[in-house]
Amino acid sequence: MELTAFIIKAIIILVIFGLTLLIAMYSTYGERKVAGFIQDRLGPDRAGPWGLLQPLADAGKMFFKEDFIPAQANKWLFIAGPCLAMLTALMASAVIPFGSTLRYDGIEVAVQGVEANIGILYIFGVVSLGVYGIMVGGWASNNKFSLLGAIRAASQNISYEVAMGLSIVAILMMSESLSVGSIVAQQHGGNWNIWYQPLGFIIFLTCAFAECNRTPFDLPECETELVGGYHTEYSSMKLGFYLFAEYINMFISSAVVSALYFGGYNYPGMDWVYTQLTAAFGDIAGHNVATLLGTAVFFGKALFGVFFFMWVRWTLPRFRYDQLMNLGWKGLIPLAILNILITGIGVLFIQPSLTAFLK
Amino acid sequence: MNPTLSFFYFLSFLTILSAIMVVVSRSPIHSVLYLILTFFCLSGHYILLNAQFLAAVNIIVYAGAIMVLFLFVIMFLNMKEEEEKFRGNVTKIAAAIVGGTIFIILFGAYRKTQVGTYNPYEFKSQTGMVESLGMVLFRDYLLPFELASVLFLIAMVGAVMLGKREIGERHF
Repeated sequence: MELTAFIIKAIIILVIFGLTLLIAMYSTYGERKVAGFIQDRLGPDRAGPWGLLQPLADAGKMFFKEDFIPAQANKWLFIAGPCLAMLTALMASAVIPFGSTLRYDGIEVAVQGVEANIGILYIFGVVSLGVYGIMVGGWASNNKFSLLGAIRAASQNISYEVAMGLSIVAILMMSESLSVGSIVAQQHGGNWNIWYQPLGFIIFLTCAFAECNRTPFDLPECETELVGGYHTEYSSMKLGFYLFAEYINMFISSAVVSALYFGGYNYPGMDWVYTQLTAAFGDIAGHNVATLLGTAVFFGKALFGVFFFMWVRWTLPRFRYDQLMNLGWKGLIPLAILNILITGIGVLFIQPSLTAFLK
Repeated sequence: MNPTLSFFYFLSFLTILSAIMVVVSRSPIHSVLYLILTFFCLSGHYILLNAQFLAAVNIIVYAGAIMVLFLFVIMFLNMKEEEEKFRGNVTKIAAAIVGGTIFIILFGAYRKTQVGTYNPYEFKSQTGMVESLGMVLFRDYLLPFELASVLFLIAMVGAVMLGKREIGERHF
């Protein structure tokens, strides 16, 4: 019994891991296609049908390029930089609930790597560690431009983490739980958090853009000022890992946004679908099909999030660095504190009086 | 040996090793990175004690925020040229005296203290969970908690006041 549960869990974790990598890989293709569509051109279309093999061609190119380490660089830390970036990017998906439960042989297994009662703090901690990959790599390159790019990335991430944490606090006050699993379970049906937390959602989304170093906040990479930013000295697959980590981060933050604000695997009318499916396929198979449907909905939301990241990148101009810092410290943090106050008033006074009124 | 115990020994070994490396390593950047590793090992100890909230907060606050700022400052200092300054004999002797004195004080203090007897069968596994921690903090220790947060606020405002530029100073 223990062993089957373990095997199912292992399969779920491996599938989530593989899907994360696959989605990150095809995000590079999607990015260029979206860019092509927005700029009224075709995008990649040479490798395979509709250019579908383009990510493989890119990976082949990355692997066969010369792997160069500058003579004055700190060799170990130079290698550790991209490793840390990939590690921290992949670690966050462990606590995200990608679906409800799967039933097999009388066991119920959640479609989630680990159900931790501090899940959201774990995600927050891993996100705050993401800085190290960039800083270590940028410093070890022994190049002024890399160092400046790394410092920019790090200060940006630290600044926006504060507002991000404060916007999460409002969610925690409503859901009274730190576990991502129960936060998602509370948004059953169409009862999503975004209806209650529109301001918090906007703050969180802005901070997610800044944490991923994406346009309009992609100042760590700036050709005109910094050559290439923190990965100026990197070549071959080490550079590939840095770029790849960015796409993984994009997918993970979209997944977190959809879990916290868009109900995760919940969708309107899911109870009706559930009863129809259990009536059609029987209790166990129907439950599993409903769960897989929820997981598909989750991935749909997360992929729309990734598309949104790209959409913004190719339509909005970027900020200047002082504007970015002003927005973070003077705009988002006071707004997030205001949001916490409003949420507190809502939870303490408005919600009880509303429920009393409706009764 | 049961797996938890062997894991505990492995983690303790790693903690002490990385703590020693913080002191021994020559490059300050390496020191900081070993210190981060030490914090991770300590978080591992918290998890072994079933204090998950403390483990996560330790990572977020120390490894995620404070050590990033340390790394920040040290990267800007460009220590390579100044390295020689720290290795004079006078510095070494002074450091040895200070460290030795602290060691003697700690040794003298801990030699007489009674370590409370500990019964593993009475260990409550839920003590370190975030729910019970919140109950204790906001019910039994509400006033000290609020006072500590006011203290933090004062420190923060003070730091901003000290770091602020005076009016009329040049902005670059």
